[in-house]
Amino acid sequence: MEPVIAIRDLKKIYDLGATQVVALAGLNVDIYRNEYVAIMGPSGSGKSTLMNMIGCLDTPTSGQYHLAGESVDEMDDDELARIRNQEIGFIFQSFNLLPRTTILRNVELPLVYSGLSKNERIERAAAALEKVGLKDRMMHRSNELSGGQRQRVAIARALVNEPSILLADEPTGNLDSRTGQEIMALFEDLYQQGHTLLVVTHEDNIAEHARRSIRLMDGLISADEQIPHPEDIAAQ
Amino acid sequence: MNIARNISEWTEAVRIAGEQLMLHKLRSLLTALGVIIGVWAVILMGTAIKGIDKGFNDSMDMIGDDILYIQRWPWSDVGDDWPKYVNRPIIEVEDANKINNWIDNHPESLLRIAAPTTETGGNVRRKNRDASQIYMWGSSADSSMMNTADLEYGRFFTVAEELSRAPVVVLGHDVADVLFPEGIDRAVGETISIKNHKFRVIGVMERQGSFLGMFSMDKQVSMPYTSMNKISQNKWGNSLRVQIVEGADPELAVDQLTGVYRTIRSLLPGEENDFEINRSEALEDQLGPMKTGLAIAGFGITGLALFVGAIGIANITFVSVKERTREIGTRRAIGARRQAILLQFLAESISICLMGGLIGILFAFGTKILLTKAAPTFPFTFSSDLIVIAFGLSVLVGILSGLAPAWQAARLDPANALRHE
Repeated sequence: MEPVIAIRDLKKIYDLGATQVVALAGLNVDIYRNEYVAIMGPSGSGKSTLMNMIGCLDTPTSGQYHLAGESVDEMDDDELARIRNQEIGFIFQSFNLLPRTTILRNVELPLVYSGLSKNERIERAAAALEKVGLKDRMMHRSNELSGGQRQRVAIARALVNEPSILLADEPTGNLDSRTGQEIMALFEDLYQQGHTLLVVTHEDNIAEHARRSIRLMDGLISADEQIPHPEDIAAQ
Repeated sequence: MNIARNISEWTEAVRIAGEQLMLHKLRSLLTALGVIIGVWAVILMGTAIKGIDKGFNDSMDMIGDDILYIQRWPWSDVGDDWPKYVNRPIIEVEDANKINNWIDNHPESLLRIAAPTTETGGNVRRKNRDASQIYMWGSSADSSMMNTADLEYGRFFTVAEELSRAPVVVLGHDVADVLFPEGIDRAVGETISIKNHKFRVIGVMERQGSFLGMFSMDKQVSMPYTSMNKISQNKWGNSLRVQIVEGADPELAVDQLTGVYRTIRSLLPGEENDFEINRSEALEDQLGPMKTGLAIAGFGITGLALFVGAIGIANITFVSVKERTREIGTRRAIGARRQAILLQFLAESISICLMGGLIGILFAFGTKILLTKAAPTFPFTFSSDLIVIAFGLSVLVGILSGLAPAWQAARLDPANALRHE
């Protein structure tokens, strides 16, 4: 089976004039469809850089990156925008919703940049909101919602274009622990439905929900292990 | 697919611009002040210049732009040279016949016909009604061929009436209105008196309006110049009107007429002209400096206001980009191209300018109404091409002022923009 993410010898070196900072030092990793991966590591380990690379927000200095069969490392800015639009669903720590704007409008925004017609946008946004249990709040404004609800809206926005991967950056970082657990339960549902999830976090109890944990150190993977879940074994 | 995406980006940009405008009403309004003043000034300038042109052209149509005037004085300001003109011999009305004879003997000439003009002023009475300060002019029957206005009732005087010094008169519209309140259609055939002489009304002119907004063409009467001798012997104001052949070069016609009249005056070669040939273009030349002055003032105010306005709008758009850096990062992350971000901020600056332009147009329209009340005779002309120019300028200022900040926004690195607090 083709991996959805295939990274080979990926390097990212920041040139700061006098010094060069090696953020990624020739990293290799494969991630397959319907994996649930936690990416961990202390600050300065290259965790954020790797997330930006996987999210196509930044381009590598060298190496190869294939996402959903397409070679991303040679793409220009417009093509990267298209890949982000079609293949990646971003979930941010601080939700990054448009304030004073309806939930529907927030969720349909990626479809605006895909060029979909208004009717189709509304249909798909409504379907995505149903998945996160907020369909009845569609016409509320984002600033009228609680933190947990906002993150649900952001997840609906990430899902709306049916991307190959969901990429979450500290998704519970701005939430209390109970709400955080609700979001993780939603992630579990999405995983069970067959989505591919990558969660960048520094919290062990968040990473525990994933099925695979990748640890970074000095721009390389220091540990890559499966996390056993009793319910998976029971399901088999 | 790509077209749909482009359309989507445009509509999204316009939508965001509208939302931002509603969100920052006061800020946008203050920012647009320069554009408001600039558009206001350019429209008022255009309105005034067009008004001058229209007023002038309307007036020229009244007197005819193909007429040369042989007079003692030029129409331009003579300054300290007045003794030269005041000593010139008067223009003899009989000279019109001499010119006409010359024209008859020269079928190829550029001149068509000549007619004398005598003039005086005074009151016109009928029973107990009195029209005062009426301009009266005498001419030949031929002069009816030069008239640009038509008769509303009756007829012009004939050659027979001219030769027999018949006491007949054609009334201007206002004069007829004053003297015949029962209806100007009753005027023809009635008798009026001018300086204690009885005259029979034979015609009433249609309404013509005023000349350059100063001199009413309807407050006058005309009669055979022979008949005018009864009420005025003053010859200082006598002149000749000469119509040129249709399509003839007026400059050449002036040269030809100068030659003809020098011969009539028996001037020797080298002797200076002792008469003046005036034509309506000379009046237009006098309007030139006024129009240039208005244009310089208008463009100066407009240019300055738009320049200051553009800097203000550029500045506020930079602020907007700064405030919304994270939003830019988010939009980029979920698939907005650089082009979409560029459009978004351009649409924002253009919408501020369009709003300013619209307000400027409304202000100019209001000012025009006030000015028209203050000076009703001046034909201020509010034309659609000025509105097009105003909107064009607004969009141009919007693009020029928004380009730098919008470009900066589009060039932001998405990863960095997302980290922005």
